[in-house]
Amino acid sequence: MPEAPPPATIIPGPAELFAGYLKIGLFGFGGVAAWARRVIVEERHWLTERDYAEVLGLGQVLPGPNVGNAAVMIGRRFHGLSGALLATAGLYCAPFVILVLLCLFYDRYGQLPAVAPVMAGIAAGAAGMVIGTAFKMAGKLKLRPEAVAILLLATIGAAWLGLPLPVIVLVLGPISIALSLWRAGLIGGTGAAR
Amino acid sequence: MILQILLTFSILSLVAIGGANAVLPEMHRQLVELHGWLDDATFSQLYALAQAAPGPNILVASVMGWRIAGAGGMAAATFGMLVPAAILAWYVAGLMHRLRGAAWLKPAQGGLVPVAIGLILAAGITMAEAAHSHGVMPIIVVAISTLFVWRTNYSPLWVLAGGGVLGAIFLG
Repeated sequence: MPEAPPPATIIPGPAELFAGYLKIGLFGFGGVAAWARRVIVEERHWLTERDYAEVLGLGQVLPGPNVGNAAVMIGRRFHGLSGALLATAGLYCAPFVILVLLCLFYDRYGQLPAVAPVMAGIAAGAAGMVIGTAFKMAGKLKLRPEAVAILLLATIGAAWLGLPLPVIVLVLGPISIALSLWRAGLIGGTGAAR
Repeated sequence: MILQILLTFSILSLVAIGGANAVLPEMHRQLVELHGWLDDATFSQLYALAQAAPGPNILVASVMGWRIAGAGGMAAATFGMLVPAAILAWYVAGLMHRLRGAAWLKPAQGGLVPVAIGLILAAGITMAEAAHSHGVMPIIVVAISTLFVWRTNYSPLWVLAGGGVLGAIFLG
């Protein structure tokens, strides 16, 4: 398979792990998955595109937020239990503090700060950021045709048909795994490897 | 009460395949219909409040806990929502590590990748549709932002800031 050699990756120290996840949580407005990929793959080179996508895929089928699950798994990979705790704490602490402040504001004034127009504009930017990230990942991973079909089915099911996400994951996940194993020549006779 | 909140959100945590948006209907059923802790309107308002903060949407649980029982409720809901799923992820990561020599593991994991990317794309499209309710301008922002993040390696902060400025000018 003609693929560029994976770029060198860097093992983050505990403090860097925490700082990286702090940034993901703080900037992750409306699209934490996009920021997580940006920081982990593009900015800090902790994982390759493919490695990160695989961790995220696993995080997706487990209950809980995909990025949160990925934080546990990535933190564990680099620094065991303390890594998992540091990554998780980094991810949630800034948004949690902001949320507490918003709650206090809401309690006192009975409404949110009057920033709705700014927020609507940022939300539009974030929507594009999330879409662009999906395109970028799909492009860099050079997905096979059957994988692109699964990707589009997941998108159509969730965005337009409004199917519950567990249903999509539990139906498409096994099909996609089977196709991937078949492609690797591990099931269905000789398969279609190479 | 606090214990009940902890228990309720722990259960939600373990059924939340797909994250916060996937578990929202069940969260509504538990908090509004079963326990009667919140009414419909409050539930929607709190959801909007959580959306206004950065970070993972799952923290919507924290806001709900806070409204139900103050700081203790917030702590219980956050802990309940995050910890069971995180423990499961920890053990699955350990399992993957033990299986790492198996020839089928990488292709099997690779099979989950298109599902994950497809759901990210769907989340972006849903956000774009919500933005469209503010008119045409946000859709232009979405298009520019998509191209910017897809085709360049510059920080997405630029499009978020640009979107915020345009929003203040045109939507204010």
